[in-house]
Amino acid sequence: MQELKNRLIQLISDGTVARVIGWKKGDMPYNPEPACFSTVEELEDFVYDGFCGANLSKMMIEVANLEGKTAVCLKPCDTYSFNQLIREHRVNRENAYIIGVGCRGKLDIEKARKAGIKGIEAIEGVGIEGEGDVTFKTIYGDKAMAYSELLLDRCHVCKGKDHMVYDEVIGESKDTADSDRFDDVKKIEAMSSAEKFAYFQNELSKCIRCNACRNVCPACSCRKCVFDNTKFDSQQRANVDSFEEKMFHIIRAFHVAGRCTDCGECSRVCPQGIPLHLFNRKFIKDIDDFYGEFQAGKDPEAQSPLTDFTFEDLEPKQAVGRGEN
Amino acid sequence: MQRIGVFVCHCGSNIAATVDVKKVVELVRYEQGVVYADDYMYMCSEAGQQKVMEAIKEHNLTGLVICSCSPRMHEATFRACAAKAGLNPFMVEIANIREHCSWIHKDMEEATKKAVILARAAIAKVNLNTPLQEGESPVVKRALVIGGGIAGIQTALDIANAGYPVDIVEKEPSIGGRMSQLDKTFPTLDCSSCILTPKMVEVAQHPNIKIYSYSEVEKVGGFVGNFEVDIRKKARSVNEDKCTGCGVCQTKCPLGKTGKIPSEFNRGLGTRSAIYTPFAQAVPNVPVIDRENCTYFKTGKCGVCAKLCPSGCIDYEQQDQIVTEKYGAIVVATGFDIINLDKYDEYAYNTCPDVITSLELERLMNAAGPTGGHLLRMSDGKAPKDIVFIQCVGSRCADDRGKPYCSKVCCMYTAKHAMLIKDHWPEMNVTVFYIDVRTPGKNFDEFYRRAVEQYHVNYIKGQVGKVMPQADGSLIVQGSDLLDGKQIKMKADMVVLAAAVEPNKDARKIASMLTASIDNNDFLTEAHAKLRPVESPTAGIFLSGMSQGPKDIPETVSQAGAAAVKVIGLLAKDKLKTNPCTAKCDMFQCNGCSTCANVCPYGAISYEDTLVRGPGVNETRRIAKVNTALCQGCGACTSACPSGAMDLQGFSNLQIISEVDAICR
Amino acid sequence: MPMNENNEFKPLIVAFCCNWCSYAGADLAGSSRLTYPENVKIIRVPCSGRVNPMFILRAFERGADGVIICGCHPGDCHYSTGNYYARRRMALLFSMLEYMGIENGRTRVEWCSAAEGAKFSKTMNEFCEKIASLGENVRLGDLRCKN
Repeated sequence: MQELKNRLIQLISDGTVARVIGWKKGDMPYNPEPACFSTVEELEDFVYDGFCGANLSKMMIEVANLEGKTAVCLKPCDTYSFNQLIREHRVNRENAYIIGVGCRGKLDIEKARKAGIKGIEAIEGVGIEGEGDVTFKTIYGDKAMAYSELLLDRCHVCKGKDHMVYDEVIGESKDTADSDRFDDVKKIEAMSSAEKFAYFQNELSKCIRCNACRNVCPACSCRKCVFDNTKFDSQQRANVDSFEEKMFHIIRAFHVAGRCTDCGECSRVCPQGIPLHLFNRKFIKDIDDFYGEFQAGKDPEAQSPLTDFTFEDLEPKQAVGRGEN
Repeated sequence: MQRIGVFVCHCGSNIAATVDVKKVVELVRYEQGVVYADDYMYMCSEAGQQKVMEAIKEHNLTGLVICSCSPRMHEATFRACAAKAGLNPFMVEIANIREHCSWIHKDMEEATKKAVILARAAIAKVNLNTPLQEGESPVVKRALVIGGGIAGIQTALDIANAGYPVDIVEKEPSIGGRMSQLDKTFPTLDCSSCILTPKMVEVAQHPNIKIYSYSEVEKVGGFVGNFEVDIRKKARSVNEDKCTGCGVCQTKCPLGKTGKIPSEFNRGLGTRSAIYTPFAQAVPNVPVIDRENCTYFKTGKCGVCAKLCPSGCIDYEQQDQIVTEKYGAIVVATGFDIINLDKYDEYAYNTCPDVITSLELERLMNAAGPTGGHLLRMSDGKAPKDIVFIQCVGSRCADDRGKPYCSKVCCMYTAKHAMLIKDHWPEMNVTVFYIDVRTPGKNFDEFYRRAVEQYHVNYIKGQVGKVMPQADGSLIVQGSDLLDGKQIKMKADMVVLAAAVEPNKDARKIASMLTASIDNNDFLTEAHAKLRPVESPTAGIFLSGMSQGPKDIPETVSQAGAAAVKVIGLLAKDKLKTNPCTAKCDMFQCNGCSTCANVCPYGAISYEDTLVRGPGVNETRRIAKVNTALCQGCGACTSACPSGAMDLQGFSNLQIISEVDAICR
Repeated sequence: MPMNENNEFKPLIVAFCCNWCSYAGADLAGSSRLTYPENVKIIRVPCSGRVNPMFILRAFERGADGVIICGCHPGDCHYSTGNYYARRRMALLFSMLEYMGIENGRTRVEWCSAAEGAKFSKTMNEFCEKIASLGENVRLGDLRCKN
């Protein structure tokens, strides 16, 4: 991390960039937060460790038109989002200085909590290098857990250790995938219609419409969200029975279909723990199945499957009932 | 708040027999915005319209709902009626209570209920209608014709004769097209070049026509009335302005005598020099240098043509040139070719020189052709005794080797060939294998019967399975006679294949440049198969000749004239009214993401850095801009737009949702 | 639940028809007097490509039991390509609805030309029967499923 920090200080000092988008220390050792640094002094608070899961690419939209270059720290999976934003003309590649930061998987504090770890005062072994266990210094003493046990779910289906776009890479990355990306989707697909409905009823009824998923999603970067758009008559905030309330997640998923890079931020930030990525991943799986494999953000030149077609595309009726015989 | 008038039509008993019209009037009277409701026997009649106009004035109506027949029938009528009374015509909505209700339902109560719901949906929509203005765009009074065959020639002449300038772009060195390759024409047997050449000369001399020969359309921008086209004038290596067409260069070109360069015009049966005009009557009569074969271009040595040219017009340094020109209308007359026969091994076309296509036969029978008009075998130069014609080679074909359609001209030209051969050389045996003989057309069937009855051409209904070249140079044709149910083996000296026609190879490329639609066979699609057969669905693009579908010369010429009339009708206007139901971008919501432009079939969306100023925003952003002259109002952009910034006037998101809500209420 | 006099469930069906082919096909069904149930209500849109998935969800949320989208046959779109985009959009939407446990068959896409009045009528009859057999739409009324 020191190498990365030194490089960022150098970039700001020599005027290569006017600001840096990275993470700064949070109030707890496991919640560093995204931040924008404009001076060497501010960079004192810079941090990069296993808890820096946030995808910073979306923040580049805000700085696209600012004076001077902006350095941004992107993990391999974040670079897909950045590429997608290039495709959609939302970020300015020329104005960005992309530091591909090494990643050996990011950590989920909930996993530690579920293992009964409480009263955390400090955490060791979460640096970007290293192989050892993570040690939690708690008021009840030291507790150790394997790094891999603490990984975010999304890191188990890691897209790979390569950065899709960068100006320089600092640190080593590791492909942490050890399960099939579509396993969870397939599990749901195998359910009966009633089971599926019950599953989603249970999950979605937890939603408190806090908008965290929308706010963190790099694809949900509309200047004005369609849910705040009176032209769809969906703005009826006072009325909990409104169209928006009921259909929020399916509409949101559809809006990002073909553009979602499967970064998994929606599920990571959901305070209710709803596995929102299961919607996006279903679209991705269908797109792969129906129209050929497509990874949004891999190639900023590639046409999105929803703005493309072939004469022989499958018919909507062929898209359903595929599990039945 | 709108002031809406609802008018319910009885349509005699067409509606009133199943829908309780009076009840509909009573039930919609209290809908939001409705200030007036009435019914009438025939709303579309003079008196009915009068009633509507009076109500508009008397009740200060701002919107109309007409509950009547399909909007496809009378929407235009009632819009015009509204306009006459001073109401914006786009404040009218139709509730289709005839085709979608009274005509298909029997139960009066249910039909009445449905009519009320349909009326409510229309009322809900009109509540959200806004007055729309038809835009205007200027018309450039010049037409472009792509392709210089008989279709393009006729279209250009007709337009030019009406007083409008026309440019013809022809990719070959000369205009003339396929017709210039033909020997005689059916059903009158007059010589093709005798009737074509005068037209070519007329084109060349016409003050309103400019020919871009040896040129191709490179890029098309703009829209109806205002196209901007880049034309690539390929380097001819000959100065067109200086050349007198004396032909010295061609006769002296050392490669002319070697017989190494096949002549495209003669379908490869003859040869040509490296500097050449495709045929003697070429227009313009200016040769081109084939740089692929020319010794000077290959080795830097030779230069004979430049040395001998009396007017010094050979220019080896000439470069391709791009000419940009503006047009009001574009006619596609790219014509046809015949299919490649590589997949038809059974006819031995690729292995035996005495198996030829009908188009090659045209050249062999032509006095200016490679054999001077003598019908000779390409293998040994001897006159054949037995000739077999095989019909439908690749036409009406069920598999993917050929084409599913009938090529339309083959039956007639084969009758012509058979008759001409029998007329010149009565001793030759002529056999035709056919699936069906199709001869609709004036004097066509008489013509075919002459071949059979007067010239005794042997017509056999059946398909040929195989053509087998023999060691002695002859051919054995093996086929079946479907009428006799017999297998036939027949000796032949020459076999002529009626290969299917197909659109020019460039048709698809040109169609996509023009955003004109094209079918699976690469024929351009007409705006309506019956009622608008010479127009493309893309405004300002017209179709002439084989590019639209198989047709013979008289049909091509009629269609060419029809296309010309449509072009003239367009160019005669100073300004075009544009459809106001176009897409519109809300700049406050637009992300500038380019998704909409990706799905727009008309290239109507561009992006501009635009100052966005409003509550809480004051910055320059990349914003989608719709060219309303190009936009046809399909709405593809609206449903592709992630942010909902794109909306369609006349069919807005909120209007459609309000209809949904009214129906589901 | 809306019932008719025989106490049969009468589903509410919203049909989005493109102006050029399917709406004209529906007109032809009308002028040919080819009947289909009254509970089909047609909304005219310029092109099947105009149909935003939001419209479909909206209809369900407001009480529709079935939604059908009709457009020109692939290759025949008045605007050349609109129905191709619609085909992809609807394939993904329908698959997602199935994935969320919505009964298959509540949504349908049918290509119907201006000449296919008989097909239009037959399609609507079939679709009504299908929806009647599925019963009232409960699940898609509220995907958040708060009871």
